[in-house]
Amino acid sequence: MSKNNSYLSNYFHRNGRALGSIGYFVLLMVIFLIGAPEAWIRPNLHQSVFVMMPTLIFLTIPLVFLVASGEIDLSFASTYAVAAYVFALLVKNGVDPAICLVLGIFTGAAIGALVGTLIVVFRLSSLVASLGVLFLLRGVILLLSNSRSITIMEVENHWIYPLLVGNFYGFPMQIFWAAIFVIFCYYFFNKHVFGIHIQHVGDNSVSAEQMGINVNAVKIKAFMFVGVGAAIGGIFTTMITYTFFPTQGFGYLLLALAAVFVGGTPYWGGLGTIIGAVFGVGIIAYMEIGIIAIGWSGEWRQFFNGLIILLALLGHRLHGERVR
Amino acid sequence: MENIIELDNVTKRFGGITALNKASLKVTRGEVVGLIGDNGAGKSTLIKTLVGVYSPDEGDILIRGKKVNAWNALKARESGIETVFQDRALTPQQSIVKNIFMGKELRYPFGFIKEKEQIFEANRLIREIGFTSKLINAESPVGNLSGGERQGVAIARAIYNKAELIVLDEPTNNLSLNETQKVFDFVLNVKKSNRSVLFIGHNIYHVYDISDRFVILDRGEVVHKLDKNDISTPEELMKIMRDTIGAH
Repeated sequence: MSKNNSYLSNYFHRNGRALGSIGYFVLLMVIFLIGAPEAWIRPNLHQSVFVMMPTLIFLTIPLVFLVASGEIDLSFASTYAVAAYVFALLVKNGVDPAICLVLGIFTGAAIGALVGTLIVVFRLSSLVASLGVLFLLRGVILLLSNSRSITIMEVENHWIYPLLVGNFYGFPMQIFWAAIFVIFCYYFFNKHVFGIHIQHVGDNSVSAEQMGINVNAVKIKAFMFVGVGAAIGGIFTTMITYTFFPTQGFGYLLLALAAVFVGGTPYWGGLGTIIGAVFGVGIIAYMEIGIIAIGWSGEWRQFFNGLIILLALLGHRLHGERVR
Repeated sequence: MENIIELDNVTKRFGGITALNKASLKVTRGEVVGLIGDNGAGKSTLIKTLVGVYSPDEGDILIRGKKVNAWNALKARESGIETVFQDRALTPQQSIVKNIFMGKELRYPFGFIKEKEQIFEANRLIREIGFTSKLINAESPVGNLSGGERQGVAIARAIYNKAELIVLDEPTNNLSLNETQKVFDFVLNVKKSNRSVLFIGHNIYHVYDISDRFVILDRGEVVHKLDKNDISTPEELMKIMRDTIGAH
């Protein structure tokens, strides 16, 4: 019996936060179902949610790594646009889109490395420093692009289009890639040295340093991963809409951050949940689209997003304070 | 008995201050040596020299009878000397197994972790050093453990890191009686496995109970070395300490 108890309590310690966000998700579904059953059973509602979810997943999941490492990044919303800009500009100039894709993702990683190095080396507050980079990069984009959008219809004829964002018997390919990404990240976070070191560093960086973990390197890599995720999200969206536009990504800033915390990753570092974050994304995406779909006005969206963030924080409190 | 480490007339200076003056100390296999001394007696300089954080200005360091040049932390670890510092270097939100393997995870190619092997090994280690509670296993978070048990996790990690000599820096500080006893049990198990412990403490009673030999340090000098057989009570040890300190 006691052995059973320790198994249960360890299980709850590992998965409680993810279960919490799954609980919120189910609750939200039930509320929508009761509130507007006709809208809820229409497949096109769920389809539009599924179009939005992959982008949010590419942005949110890497943020779980970064938050678990004890840092935060806001600049990803601009990195998203910079990578998309690089991609679109190169495609427009006749470069093979597959190469553009690689270069775009590389751009994201490079920006992440720069932001991370800046914060880690100069010991800056990641919140404030990345806020600075957020505006700085957005300014760069607006200046470089002359605030004009770029249309890249030609990408449709290239093989990467059907592979990455095409329709496979009515099934959007980006969902497939987002699912692969989630599975990869699940193992990367829980079963790989990178994820484990991130958790140690975010938990107690002094202890991690004493045990021979290179704390700065771990944090910089986490920033790079956020940059890569943002780049993938930005390029996918640009391909889906055939358009780069200079303000793109800004709308995802708060949504992706909300999804991290609603998904059950606490803000203080050392812990994170990938599965929870997927449901966090689900909650946010259904909030964005569902409220309109069931005929309420858009104002309610913000209201409920706020409410759910506060509920998530209360959930953290119920699950337990940070142990030291 | 084999000497694991020997400090021979070691002197360490910082600027004009002599923190350690011709100090000699040896630890043989399978014994618990208690290091006592007041604040500022040079305990921490001695430990840091022993574990290679400082290299001595004068004197020799011998590992298993052989003199070592250019002593440093890496050489100390390679020689099987592991330190458990006061803060224990744990990450409390993580599991025991993650803490034991922190920075030295068992890996498959590409950096994926051999989780099952780690859990098996961690369970074995914590049972070996004396965790008996069925409520605790390798996957329990360290944050749920008591102070003494956390000390045990740090000791288990030292054993995993192939320690021959474990240096415990004030391991019973701020621990209750019950918890102190737990730490003693861990230390006795380490001794039973034919490893050695250097036990540093303020509390004479704690040091007396657990140690086979005592080394008293005062103002950077080793002023007294005693065998447990030489004395019969902690009060006697206390008296000797009072008499020697400041008398030389």
